[in-house]
Amino acid sequence: MSKSYVVIAEVRDGKLRQVTLEALQSIGLAKEHEDTVAAVVLGHQISNIAEQLSQYVSGQIHVVDHKDLEFYNAEIHFSVIKEVLDTLSPHAVFLGHTASGRDLAPMIAAYLNAGQLSDVISIEKTESEVRYTRPLYAGKAFEQKIFTEGPQVITIRPNNIAVANISDAQAEIITVEYSPPLSLRTIVRDVIRKTSGKVDLTEAKIVVSGGRGVKSMDGFKPLQELADVLNGAVGASRAACDAGYCDYAMQIGQTGKVVTPEIYIACGISGAIQHLAGMSQSRIIIAINKDPEAPIFKLADYGIVGDLFVVVPLLTEEFKKALA
Amino acid sequence: MNIYVILKQTFDTEEKIVIQDGNISDDGVKYVINPYDEYAIEEALRQKEQHGGNITVVSIGPSRLAEALRTALAMGADEAVHVSDDAIHGDEFSVSKVLAAYFNDQSYDLILGGNFSIDSGGGQVAIRLSQLLNIPHVSSIIKLDVIGAQAIVLRDSEGDTEKLEVTLPALFTAQQGLNDPRYPSLPGIMKAKKKPFHHLTLDDLGLTETEIYARTERLSLSLPPNRKSGQILQGELHEQAAQLVQLLKHSEVKAN
Repeated sequence: MSKSYVVIAEVRDGKLRQVTLEALQSIGLAKEHEDTVAAVVLGHQISNIAEQLSQYVSGQIHVVDHKDLEFYNAEIHFSVIKEVLDTLSPHAVFLGHTASGRDLAPMIAAYLNAGQLSDVISIEKTESEVRYTRPLYAGKAFEQKIFTEGPQVITIRPNNIAVANISDAQAEIITVEYSPPLSLRTIVRDVIRKTSGKVDLTEAKIVVSGGRGVKSMDGFKPLQELADVLNGAVGASRAACDAGYCDYAMQIGQTGKVVTPEIYIACGISGAIQHLAGMSQSRIIIAINKDPEAPIFKLADYGIVGDLFVVVPLLTEEFKKALA
Repeated sequence: MNIYVILKQTFDTEEKIVIQDGNISDDGVKYVINPYDEYAIEEALRQKEQHGGNITVVSIGPSRLAEALRTALAMGADEAVHVSDDAIHGDEFSVSKVLAAYFNDQSYDLILGGNFSIDSGGGQVAIRLSQLLNIPHVSSIIKLDVIGAQAIVLRDSEGDTEKLEVTLPALFTAQQGLNDPRYPSLPGIMKAKKKPFHHLTLDDLGLTETEIYARTERLSLSLPPNRKSGQILQGELHEQAAQLVQLLKHSEVKAN
């Protein structure tokens, strides 16, 4: 019997997030040929997103479009998703391992009495089972896991699985009437967008990170300039966060975020084991540090021994020239 | 106010991971309270200092876990609950079921936990628990103000900040920046020895092994591949910068 796979699509700044296409690709890796794929997309003024999704999904796209869904509210979003799940009785639900995906997935798992595998980075299908690889200790080790029984909930780490290809399958777009939850206990009062228009750290292809070596809040400026030229994001080590130079939201490491960009540029970061856990799976690592003995150089593909305040602006100029 | 903190014991972040006979070796490993759960304990203490009440720390795990619970008591929590049973060898599904069974018999205003655990990194148990108890939750909070039966919280959402108003009882998970956890004081450590410490088994919670069996199973473990040692560039710094850009240009990097 064919099984139903569901992806919870995610919209950010009016655009479909890339991780949703990675989640769709993940479903492709896990499912059998006859299984169906549906998408759920929630938000406000999202008809274009539904159109875009229909290029990737052969099954149904359930669209819930309402002002109440403009900002993420766990209670409201979940109550809407719950209704759609009741219709679809999914074998598996895929989400991005993002702020809202991380929040919704356990709610969905608890509701479905399901197992959940979080932060999956690769999927392998054998004749008898689907094996999911995920990090432990932020990437100091990896485990391969299976589900012992369904239903299943899976969150996909951004930037690790290829995006799905556009297919010629035409999905059916279903508009779902929005009905607010009966009792609402959570109200979103305000959303302060600090990252509007910026590249999200966990999805960025290029990350420029600063450590204690940036010396102050202002010390992140040259890093931001370099990141802007490369359309990347700025991260930080715990030392820089603890020193008050930046927000903890930027922290990369075992406590903090794990990133796997194409290029990671570590500026003034010595390379404590906790930090390395959060970035060592990056494809190319570049280290800039005054101290030639800094442990980060042992991990870096390319190292420049020098003052980041000299080297980073030089790099920015060189990249500007190269990209011109 | 009845405040509960759910916590987990994890490897210290300094630990290197060694795989031995297919398992992660805990030989000589230093255990700590999961760093995110420490923020939850600290927040519970601050809320009690402001509003009064009782703080209970709850955890599931083997006997060594008692040390983490004692630390929480020494920080200032009032009671500890240690659920320990050989029949619990589950995943997040199992652990959240056990916790829910415990909480079903308690009266609570506030349940606090960490945003995720730094070992398995699942980030599931606390949010699953809120669903099983049918109470609202807000994850990844960086500020908590309790005003009567309401809580005003700030939530970190990938760098953006959301301000929410939540009706208690509710569950919150702590993000870095919420507070600065205190160290246990010597008098605190002395007092901790006399505080109530409850031991519970599955039987006590009215659960059977079949109700909590894991929905997921580990097949294998591996360590990340070693990175080849790289190249330290040479020459004047501006030459190195130019050289690096050339090297990246030729390394098939897919930039945006």
